[in-house]
Amino acid sequence: MTIEFFILMLIIFMIIAALIAVESIDLLSAVIAVGAAGFALSVIDLLAGAPDLAFPQVLVEVITLVLLIRMVMTRRDTSRQTSRDTLRTAVVLLAGSVFLVAVFFAAGGMGMSGGIPPFGQPVMGSAADTGVSTQYLTRCAEDTGAANTVMGILLDYRAYDTLGEATVIFVAILGGYVVLRRVGRKKDAKEVEPS
Amino acid sequence: MKGMSPIVRSIVGLIAGFVMLYGLYVVSTGHLGPGGGFAGGVIIMAGTVMLILAFGGDKARELMEERRCHVLQGAGALAFLVVALVGLWYGGFFVNFLPTGRVHHLHSGGAIAISDLAIAMSVAAGLIGIFLALIIGCRAAMFKKDK
Repeated sequence: MTIEFFILMLIIFMIIAALIAVESIDLLSAVIAVGAAGFALSVIDLLAGAPDLAFPQVLVEVITLVLLIRMVMTRRDTSRQTSRDTLRTAVVLLAGSVFLVAVFFAAGGMGMSGGIPPFGQPVMGSAADTGVSTQYLTRCAEDTGAANTVMGILLDYRAYDTLGEATVIFVAILGGYVVLRRVGRKKDAKEVEPS
Repeated sequence: MKGMSPIVRSIVGLIAGFVMLYGLYVVSTGHLGPGGGFAGGVIIMAGTVMLILAFGGDKARELMEERRCHVLQGAGALAFLVVALVGLWYGGFFVNFLPTGRVHHLHSGGAIAISDLAIAMSVAAGLIGIFLALIIGCRAAMFKKDK
């Protein structure tokens, strides 16, 4: 039983949960299926040796589940069933699979000594010892003073990327405020049903 | 929005402090172990959401009104930018301007801890604000519509 086997099982579980979430008529069971998919993803993160990623994943799943159940339980509404557009679904699936195949071949052609490296090997540092990820791993402690290499990369080497992420969260929350605000909204807008 | 039963209230009152303390621990030791600004901020937000759900909306507004959330969120984002700009004075954007200290000690990592704190403040305040807007605002509008 290798670790890849467990991860494959969890991915299959996630796909089934996602299909249930899309197909179920009851909103509550759809929310629970989404939560199951998210928790399976966090277990995958743990198996792949990324607790820094699994930790926020579990937290966000718990929050999302509580929030969505709290909202769903207040109304006895079920999602509307509409007839499915088969052509559109087929085109989207085809585009997605072509993209995946293209990514696979592009990663193989980028001089990574014969395709995607095996599971658990760093992608950027596998070719030689001079790879950038090897440099990060060996020099992080003396460069940044952070014992947690992930945080050293996130907030020191790659802090500019983290600034972008923080900006994304900030702007997303700002957009939520704009949609949900009560101050400064016209009187008759209160009659609009909250979604 | 009404609160929950006395059993839930007393349990939440016991637990909430520990949840907040754990959130602060995760934020402040982000450079030593798994965690960091985002995870710690979400834990603090989860503790506050627990309090809001247990004690109801009126109590929540006394604890954390929306205006204060907005101010704290902006202040956190601004603090992160200030860390970046202070680094500019020391030689480049996001240069770690504080001494790195000894590895594996709490006082290490330089500006990483400050950045963690700023991100945690922004994330926690922003998510609490969006929760308040989403739950309390929507439910108030819904009850008004039902009448």
